[in-house]
Parts: sequence; C-alpha cells; structure tokens
Amino acid sequence: ISCLVMYLFAEFDDAANLLAANPDATTISIDEPVEIPKNQHSHLQETGREEDDELLGTDDSDKTELLAGQKKSAPFWTFEYYQTFFDVDTYQVLDRIKGSVFPVPGKNFVRLYIRSNPDLYGPFWICATLVFTIAVSGNLSNFFIHLGKPTYHYVPEFRKVSIAATTIYAYAWLVPLALWGFLMWRNSKVMNIVSYSFLEIVCVYGYSLFIYIPTAILWIIPQKVVRWVLVVFSLCVSGSVLVMTFWPAVRDDNRRIAVATVATILLLHALLAVGCLAYFFDAPELDIPAPIIPAHNGTTVITKSH
Amino acid sequence: FPGLADVSISQDIPVEGEITVPVGSHSPDEDYSTLDEPVKDTIMRDLKAVGKKFVHVMYPRKSSALLRDWDLWGPLVLCVSLALMLQGGSADSKDDGGPQFAEVFVIIWFGAVVITLNSKLLGGTISFFQSLCVLGYCVMPLTVAMLVCRLVLLAGAGTISFIIRLIVVGAMFGWSTLASTAFLADSQPPNRKALVVYPIFLFYFVISWMILTFTPQ
Repeated sequence: ISCLVMYLFAEFDDAANLLAANPDATTISIDEPVEIPKNQHSHLQETGREEDDELLGTDDSDKTELLAGQKKSAPFWTFEYYQTFFDVDTYQVLDRIKGSVFPVPGKNFVRLYIRSNPDLYGPFWICATLVFTIAVSGNLSNFFIHLGKPTYHYVPEFRKVSIAATTIYAYAWLVPLALWGFLMWRNSKVMNIVSYSFLEIVCVYGYSLFIYIPTAILWIIPQKVVRWVLVVFSLCVSGSVLVMTFWPAVRDDNRRIAVATVATILLLHALLAVGCLAYFFDAPELDIPAPIIPAHNGTTVITKSH
Repeated sequence: FPGLADVSISQDIPVEGEITVPVGSHSPDEDYSTLDEPVKDTIMRDLKAVGKKFVHVMYPRKSSALLRDWDLWGPLVLCVSLALMLQGGSADSKDDGGPQFAEVFVIIWFGAVVITLNSKLLGGTISFFQSLCVLGYCVMPLTVAMLVCRLVLLAGAGTISFIIRLIVVGAMFGWSTLASTAFLADSQPPNRKALVVYPIFLFYFVISWMILTFTPQ
C-alpha cells in the first residue's frame, strides 16, 4: 500500500504543477487558489444555460454536451480530471439535497439542480452516511427492543456495517450503470430528446437516497405501523424524484417499455428500502429469544427473529 | 545591478572583508551531520517531535508545527493501541461481535485517506501526508476515551457506567473533531468548509460509536 501512496503523492505533485501552469485558470499569482476563476467560469455557464432553458424548453442537451465537454478537458489520468467532479460549493450541495427532499411536481431534478455539473461528493457521502446510519440505527433499535429481557446480551453487530456498505454502494453505482446502458441502447433505437450522462444518473440516485437517512433514524421507533408508514412516505418522495427525472427520457419510446422502465426503477428502490428494514431492524412486539446466548461450555446458540 | 554602475573603487584602497554563511542548525536534510550522532539522539529527536505533536493536539491552536513536520508514527501508535483495546469484547461469536483488529485498522486508515482525497478534490491546499498526519494525531482524545471506558467497565457495566462512558466519549469526540477542524479548515476554500468538515465529523463519529458500544465478555 505504501507504493500506491507514494504514487499518489507523486501524482499530486504533478497535479500541483499542472494547476500552476493551467492557461485557463487566469490566475494573477501562483499562490492564489484556482477555484475562484473556475467558479466564475461555471457561474457564467450556468446563467447562459438558464436563459437557454427558458427559450428552448428542456431541449438543450446538445449545448450542455458541448459545454460539459469544455469543462472536463483534462485527461483521465490526471488529478484535475477528478477535481471537476467535485466542483460544488456548500450551498449547491444543500440546494440539491433540498431538491431531492421536496420534489417540485413537473420540475426535473437533473435540469433544475444539476445543470451539467454533476458532482460525486453528494452521492458518495450520502451513501456513506446512509450506511452508518442504517447500521447504527438498526443496532440501537434492536437494543431497545430486547432491553428488558434477562437473557439478552448486547452485541455491536459490526459485521452488518460491511453488509450495509456493500448493498448501498452497489445499489447506488450498479443500478445507474445498468439504467444508463439501457437508456443508451434505447437511444440508438428511438431518438429521445432528453438523454443523461452516466454521472448525472449517479448523481440523481445518490441524492434521492438522502431521504432514507432521517427515515432510518426514525425506524428506531419499535412500532410496525410507524415503520411501514415511513417506508411508504420515503418511497413516495424519492421515487417521485426518480420518476420525474426518468419519465422524460423514456416517454418517446414504446409505451410499454417506458412504463416497464419506470416501474423497474421504482421496484428496485422499494426493494432497497424494504430489504434494509427487514435485515437490519428486528421485528418489534414479538416474543423473540435473545440473539446470542454466550454459553460457558464453548458453544453458542444463535437464533434470529426470522 | 544598475545602481552599482557608477560606483568606482580606487585602486589603492584594499577591499577586504569576510563573507560567512551562518550554518543553519535546524535544517532537517543534513544527513551528514546526523550520521555520526549516537542512536539515542536520533530516537529522542523523533520521540520529542511526536510528543510535541501530541501536546499540540491536546491544546489545539492554529500552529503550523503539526502541519509542517508531518510524521505518521503517532497515528500508527494510536491506531494500533485503539484497535488492541477494542479487542476482547464479545469475542465468542465472530458474526455479531465488535470490530476485529483489521476492521478498526482499515476504518481508521482508509477513512483518513478518503477524507484527505475528498478535501484535495474539493480544492484544498494541504498536502496528502500532512492531512493524514493531522487526522491520525487527532484520534488521540478518542484513544484516551477508550482507555477510560475500559477502566470504567472494570468497575461495572450498569447504567451509571454507561452514562459516564457516554459523557466521556461524547466530550472526546467533540475535542477530536474541533482539533482536526482547527488544523484542516484553514486550508480549504471558504465556500466549501462545511463540505470538508462533515466527513471528518462522520469519521470521528464512527470511531466514537465503536468505542461506546464496546462491551466486554
């Protein structure tokens, strides 16, 4: 691992040199961070596209493709290339999160908030937060459910963190990959007006998972009705974000395929929510024997609730 | 040297003087001068540097000493001791117990690397190893909390001990986060500070959770 670290260290030195010599940055002095000119540049781009949005409706995919190409011009093996995916400010991230929690009917999340500046900060850290929130909340909820029982011995259940991480990151990256591949394939058959890049789809999925974080915290409440109401509510909110994003991309297609695509998206989303609830949170209000009884003769008895 | 064009020195005045370059005694790259010193001096110098950094973490001020002369000895020692202290709890069942040694190690180092990459990608000006150094050293309050928790658990595992542990771990978690933020937040662009501070908060929260949920046999 030290080789990898030294390689990264060398890479960052190169990147620093590249940044210092970047002609597009228009820095006055070498010490000045290059972020300020870049932000101005992207703000100019955004206001330009806002006007175009008004004029042309939602059909600005060509122009945004061009402008997106201008932005990400660094070759993919330089550090600069990956910095373009983190070109967001605090207020932008907060706006995107707000947009995913309060979906405005009729407004497309990608067009409204992302505007050809997809970031990887939101998806990555929302997934990380969700992983730990689900693991911690599940652990707490099980603790409270089994609290009074005399044979209960608390265990931190650390294994579940790895399982949660694998599940959530796989969902947040593989499902967008599959969806992007599918949309590209349909694009080759039917001319769709609206098409999304892979990163925009990852971005939408990442931000749409945000509503599950407070939901997971509220799942600690050991009432079945409350939990299922929360599942339905969060599914509606994040599902609507996804539907409003992807319906324009498939509506020009064969009606059956369009409906099937949107239904699959919603089904997978629901599966994630219900699966997490079922696996990480023990069922409440049932007389369950303790999960682990540490026996002194060396054998352990493990009984799960379902 | 345009100003010296009209300076003339007459031939019969000797020009003499001394030019001495003061030898810098604090340059860290002078291998030739540290090669002959006794081993004890070498080790004591490194130990003193590590100790000074621990003191900096205990009283976090905006000093650049922690950043300038980074080293990873302190983080390694803290990480290993924390991982060792987290062993020995509920070790009977491998499935639902606490974190294994390797898991703690990976979480701390991989988490620190990810946070460093995140702050660099967001445009931070701090170097990779400096950031690792700061994040590693700021685990020290949590290691102290782990020690206190183990001592409290020796006395008993009831509600009162849990409340004591909760308060201690909470306070140390706040201290760690504030200390590392004090060192790292300055190197970020001002409109992205919160984006960089949040992962640090999450990182120390996860470590605090592991410490708080440690239950002995």
